[in-house]
Amino acid sequence: MEFFGYKRKEGRAGIRNHVLVLPTCACASETCRVVASQVTGAVSIIFNTGCADVEANTAMSQKILTGFACNPNVYGVVIIGLGCETVPHAELREKIRTMTSKPVVSFGIQEEGGTLKTIEKAVRAARDLAAEASLQPKEPCDMSEILMGIECGGSDATSGIAANPAVGELSDRLIDLGASTMMSESTEWIGAEHVLARRAATPEIHNQIIRVCMDYEEHLRLAGQDCRAGQPTPGNKAGGLSTLEEKSLGCIHKGGTKPIVEVLEQAARPTKRGAIVMDTGGYDVSSITSMAAGGCNVIIFTTGRGTPTGNAIVPVLKVTANEDTYRWMDDNMDVDLSPVIRGEKTIAEMGGELVPVIRDICSGRLTKAEAYGFSDIAIDHVCRFI
Amino acid sequence: MKINAIRINGTDNVATCVTKIMKGEMAAYLLDEAAESLTAAEDIPAWHKIALTDLSAGDHIIKYGEVIGKADRAIAKGGWVSHENISGIPRDYESELIDLPEQG
Repeated sequence: MEFFGYKRKEGRAGIRNHVLVLPTCACASETCRVVASQVTGAVSIIFNTGCADVEANTAMSQKILTGFACNPNVYGVVIIGLGCETVPHAELREKIRTMTSKPVVSFGIQEEGGTLKTIEKAVRAARDLAAEASLQPKEPCDMSEILMGIECGGSDATSGIAANPAVGELSDRLIDLGASTMMSESTEWIGAEHVLARRAATPEIHNQIIRVCMDYEEHLRLAGQDCRAGQPTPGNKAGGLSTLEEKSLGCIHKGGTKPIVEVLEQAARPTKRGAIVMDTGGYDVSSITSMAAGGCNVIIFTTGRGTPTGNAIVPVLKVTANEDTYRWMDDNMDVDLSPVIRGEKTIAEMGGELVPVIRDICSGRLTKAEAYGFSDIAIDHVCRFI
Repeated sequence: MKINAIRINGTDNVATCVTKIMKGEMAAYLLDEAAESLTAAEDIPAWHKIALTDLSAGDHIIKYGEVIGKADRAIAKGGWVSHENISGIPRDYESELIDLPEQG
């Protein structure tokens, strides 16, 4: 099986061919938004950090920025900085150039003499890159070029028993076709981490999965916080979830059953192929941000209550097994998985039907969030701004 | 037969009801594309679990093919399985870690 995508000189193929207008810090975000709005084929992100941070926060921000730039869905990058931020535009540009051969240019608002002068130059640069990008033909790509992120959010009772298992089936089938998948949200492994760890390809990976959960709880404990207290919540129990194991199992089933070949730090790029997991928070937008930085070229998102979220460079496909949500929020929902709930289709059949849907998205079919130009982003933080 | 429950894995001893099922009504679920059914022994709310076999106190409750807890007391086939009659099995991280061979 193949899809039509954009071959890259290094790494996986892109399923989109965006020009990314990338701010180095919050102060350049609006300038980037204006530049991207002027050029067809360009997208921008809003960035809320990049300055006045402790070292670990800066490291995280840099992983997100460089990860977005290196994402295969990006053809080229226009960086806009301010001039006094922690990592200025020229430094970020050179860092990205060591990681990828794609075109990268950069500008500084203080150097150029304000936003309008910067916008003028950056629009011309983005326009030229978009013209180059438009010349690149789509080519047949093997399904092994796919790295699919798996996310859930706004879950309800249908998520754990239908949508997540169906997406787990999809993940298994994609891996059989040679593709790779990435599941994140390590806070939601807690309670079923022993089950997830059983999927580890090696004893070392088994222990890494357990340690991710141990370390997360310890991290929160040091800040006087607890993610386990009161779990499952009274609302969960009223909704039929009786134990933390049951709640977490419903969540991790979206990752399927294949051996886990790699455990990644947040926003890191995989070195292996197959089923991969990444240590992120359970906050869906932040988790998607980190998986996009890790190089996912497509993301599938299960929901019960419905959510509009989208990412600037990685298409996010919204699926739900709640038929009321699918009808009520059909402007945000892409695929209806409720036949599983009605007993019209098995989980295996439904998961199998998602394979050609993902292939179509990878060949260029727009998701709803993508058609609206949604560009949500949330960057995880180790501690407060300084 | 109208399907009104989901059994996720063939080894599960509970199914999840997708509608409210009243005592005496049938709960029907798919198993390998064929329908199986049993009679509800009590009223079971939507999205809650029904016992597919007689369960004794201490028996493991299996959903997703995994242990989600154990029965606190006997639950009859067709009975309502909830936080009122099952509980999680405590574990600790240290015991979950595997002893790795010393690096040479």
